[in-house]
Amino acid sequence: MPDGTTGTGIGAAVKRVEDFRFLTGKGNYTDDINRPGQSFAYILRSPHAHAKITSIDSSAAKAAAGVLAVFTGEDMQVGSLPCGWQIHSKDGSPMLEPEHPPLAKGKVRYVGDQVAVVIADTYSQAKDAAESIVVNYEVLPAAVSMSDALTDKSLVHDDIGSNLCFDWEIGDEAAVDEAMSKAAHITKIDLVNNRLVPNAMEPRAAVGEFDAATGEYTLYTTSQNPHVIRLLMGAFVLSIPEHKLRVVAPDVGGGFGSKIYHYAEEAIVTWAAPKIGRPIKWVADRSEAFISDAHGRDQINHAELALDANGKFLALKVQTQANMGAYLSTFAPCVPTYLSATLLAGTYTTPAIHANVKAIFTNTVPVDAYRGAGRPESTYLIERIVDQAARETGIDKVEIRRRNFIPADAFPYQTPVALQYDSGDYEATLSSATKLADVAGFAARKAEAASRGKLRGMGYSTYLEACGIAPSAVVGSLGARAGLYESAEVRVHPTGSVTVFTGTHSHGQGHETTFAQLVSDRLGLPMENIEISHGDTNKVQFGMGTYGSRSLAVGGEALIRAVDKIIDKAKKIAAHVLEASADDIEFKDGNFTVAGTDRSMAFGEVALTAYVPHNFPHDELEPGLDEKAFYDPANFTYPGGCHICEVEIDPETGVTEVIKFTAVDDVGRVINPMIVEGQVHGGVAQGIGQALLEYAAYDENGQLVTGSFMDYTMPRADNFPKFDVTTEGTLCTHNTLGVKGVGEVGAIGSPPAVINAVIDALWDRGVRDMSMPATPEKVWSALQAAE
Amino acid sequence: MYEFEHHKPASVADAASAMKGADDGKLLAGGQTMIPTLKQRLASPSDLVDLSGIAELKGITVSGGTVTIGAMTNHAAVAASADIKSALPALAELADHIGDAQVRNRGTIGGSVANNDPAADYPAACLALGATIHTSQRDIAADDFFTGLFETALEDDEIITKISFPVASKAAYVKFPNPASRYALVGVFVADGPAGIRVAVTGAGQDGVFRVPEMESALSSNFSADALANVKVSADNLNADIHASADYRAHLITVMAKRAVAKI
Ligand SMILES: Cc1cc2nc3c(=O)[nH]c(=O)nc-3n(C[C@H](O)[C@H](O)[C@H](O)COP(=O)(O)OP(=O)(O)OC[C@H]3O[C@@H](n4cnc5c(N)ncnc54)[C@H](O)[C@@H]3O)c2cc1C
Repeated sequence: MPDGTTGTGIGAAVKRVEDFRFLTGKGNYTDDINRPGQSFAYILRSPHAHAKITSIDSSAAKAAAGVLAVFTGEDMQVGSLPCGWQIHSKDGSPMLEPEHPPLAKGKVRYVGDQVAVVIADTYSQAKDAAESIVVNYEVLPAAVSMSDALTDKSLVHDDIGSNLCFDWEIGDEAAVDEAMSKAAHITKIDLVNNRLVPNAMEPRAAVGEFDAATGEYTLYTTSQNPHVIRLLMGAFVLSIPEHKLRVVAPDVGGGFGSKIYHYAEEAIVTWAAPKIGRPIKWVADRSEAFISDAHGRDQINHAELALDANGKFLALKVQTQANMGAYLSTFAPCVPTYLSATLLAGTYTTPAIHANVKAIFTNTVPVDAYRGAGRPESTYLIERIVDQAARETGIDKVEIRRRNFIPADAFPYQTPVALQYDSGDYEATLSSATKLADVAGFAARKAEAASRGKLRGMGYSTYLEACGIAPSAVVGSLGARAGLYESAEVRVHPTGSVTVFTGTHSHGQGHETTFAQLVSDRLGLPMENIEISHGDTNKVQFGMGTYGSRSLAVGGEALIRAVDKIIDKAKKIAAHVLEASADDIEFKDGNFTVAGTDRSMAFGEVALTAYVPHNFPHDELEPGLDEKAFYDPANFTYPGGCHICEVEIDPETGVTEVIKFTAVDDVGRVINPMIVEGQVHGGVAQGIGQALLEYAAYDENGQLVTGSFMDYTMPRADNFPKFDVTTEGTLCTHNTLGVKGVGEVGAIGSPPAVINAVIDALWDRGVRDMSMPATPEKVWSALQAAE
Repeated sequence: MYEFEHHKPASVADAASAMKGADDGKLLAGGQTMIPTLKQRLASPSDLVDLSGIAELKGITVSGGTVTIGAMTNHAAVAASADIKSALPALAELADHIGDAQVRNRGTIGGSVANNDPAADYPAACLALGATIHTSQRDIAADDFFTGLFETALEDDEIITKISFPVASKAAYVKFPNPASRYALVGVFVADGPAGIRVAVTGAGQDGVFRVPEMESALSSNFSADALANVKVSADNLNADIHASADYRAHLITVMAKRAVAKI
């Protein structure tokens, strides 16, 4: 592979080619799409967390100005919104899977649940008319918290008979109990992983359209995975065959997981379009996004870590309660289980691990994957309990980590919770981070802060995650109802420019740059001759989309395989024209050369020959130069690293300021260091957001109290210092690029580093625990209580 | 947003008569509170009387020991005014920390004071400095103006024209922002001026802005941060919400007051 640190190849910090259109307002988002004759939908949502719908009178709304139709759950008799992952409880029974109608039938189950849709000539008319719909509710007691849901008689879904969706386990409980009984010390911890509202910059939107002439439906939607939406909505909800259903996810303004799922509104506008004979647009406003986008996290954990007298970890036992919300969102069940509990070894050699996960229905917005998806939860648990064990045993917090690291020469490393890590060097990232964070100078900085009446603390997180989610066979055996390969097509045009069709989707990640760099690197073409196309199921072959930091490790690898097929065929064409053997053709810098001669053909000439095949090996090859690859990896990838956070707390007000944040991440080979740095910055911002600022609060009636930016603390630039971010790589061993993925590491690694730093700062004042988010009031109250 | 009639008068007199002629008219200044209220359909005025075309409502003058600010002057203009920065720098600094740049370039002092949001910043300055609120009908002392949560002494059709602040020899404002909205969770304005030594608190009170007599008397005998260290404010009539309990707000009042005095 050429050294691409200059130019546009692998390793070059190429400026993002997509940014010109984004920064000049020329992006094409779903709300920018306006179809001829388009109408507008307004969704009437439940104001109650839990209620029976005794009647709906929409006659006034139907008669209102501009109104084309009003539909309720009675009218919309379609399939249930499906769940894409099935978990089995430890007794072998399948998880309870309640029906999830796009429009509520008979009962509403959270504030925000869809009750009716009004379709009118304008959005205002639809909204005006919705006010005249009379819904009679019989309000029921709501199971708002998980403990309410487990103890109350109030059932979120009467027909399934329980609020316990599943009761799952992983690991060897007997081995753990045995180790616990012999331990020199057991550290116990209780944690809450706070519920978050994703808040992508672009709220969700959908435009549904039906062409009566062809019988084809089109859905434009804010999705991270248009093919998955086509499959789920077409096959399970609306019974539209795939060849008659086109799903387009154009430019999408951020997803963070919240735009993976198949949502009711997508099905509603697609289903209703032929009924009214016009395209229908629905766009969420921000308040609506707060109560209708799937939320993230929301776990309660109890954990116990057994140590021997030398501080070696013997066993880890975890009990988790995971909030599913009112319905099962598309991938909700896999988040606390296969994306979380399987990570409980972290970077450590803990030989025995057992986890029990109870998933619980509550009368709240459904909860699903959010940047990191399960891995932030396990990372937070491990890195908090390790710090606490260090405090309790008197072993230095860095030393206790070192004693327990999986050594760099122990890979591949089989953990006791299913995963086999392929590569890593945790000592290397720790020692680099230690230098970059100037740990040596910390004592002096702490003393200086103390002289100003401030409390300084430093916290570590030496984390690991599993991403690039795949392989299909493995996820299938774990309950996935889908495959997790990825696809790419490389279409070389007659004059040698290239269009790549990728099954992944870019909604901020910069694929149009990174993927073009891969092609530029491999084919020796300038960036401007390469176009990356994604998001339209009528253009792109079936693909699984973007989440779980999988695009490069799975989609990029598929792309490389397709490119290699192109090179292979092109060599044969060049060999024919140059009258040499294909084995003697060398491909370098965009030229095919007969080894040891000056006879060569440029890539463009080969492309032209493929499409104007006058002199062509017709016996051996078909004309054209267009190749496809589907790639299903052998394993997950395992990024990891070390985050060090330094905070300063004002004990008078309880305000925590992040002074310095250092991240040294092993993400495998770096294709574009600038994009990688940007991904880590964004992830760390979200991680600090979770640790210090953000949480979704419900009151006892199930109303979302933090339902707008007036109360939900979105992180802002002035909440952060400049981050010190770098990468230090081992390569992934099972893909040819050696890449691991970087989309989520920032959000996964950072929260425990922040909270460990806060506890470190408060420790001398007697504070022993802190929960997320560590708001000023919480910190101040903890200091008061410790006095 | 519901439909309404839009008026854009060129004088205060025309604005007043537009209001009189309307069924349920509302004044529109910078719209930073009004427009979100309309968009969320929390208000349905028959008419909106837009004050942005009235030249006499804009502008800043400093003379004879008084800073006078036209009702339609936006926060950014107050923050940037060299005259205010030299005569009453605490007021410019207060304006500079309202909301964000967009809000400061739209939101007006008249709108802010008329709205009397319990977490707004200007009411603390008005009360601590003993400002006068001039309207289309009369002059109202700040002491009589803020009557409760979102409540003022303004009559239905009364229009604030300007606000005048006597220049104080000592003045400072310190705000503890709500982490989400950045409005004042607790804001304390301390002044020693023609109205005497005053400590006014916004963000914390159940009835909006209020003065703290114990602090004022402590400062009268010893104008120093130390003098306030042991003055505890009762949590009894303070707000409590997800961001701050009444006790925490009470504590922050003392801390912010100390910091304001220390700044002077
Ligand atoms: C995101 C955001 C953050 C904010 N942060 C802060 C903050 O940190 N601190 C703070 O103090 N404020 C804050 N505000 C409020 C803002 O500063 C404005 O001052 C406030 O919204 C009102 O001013 P306006 O000019 O926008 O008035 P409008 O919204 O136009 O009007 C508000 C009310 O006042 C009435 N009114 C307006 N002008 C007059 C007049 N001349 N006479 C009589 N009645 C009148 C209107 O009829 C209406 O009832 C924030 C607002 C937003 C949107």
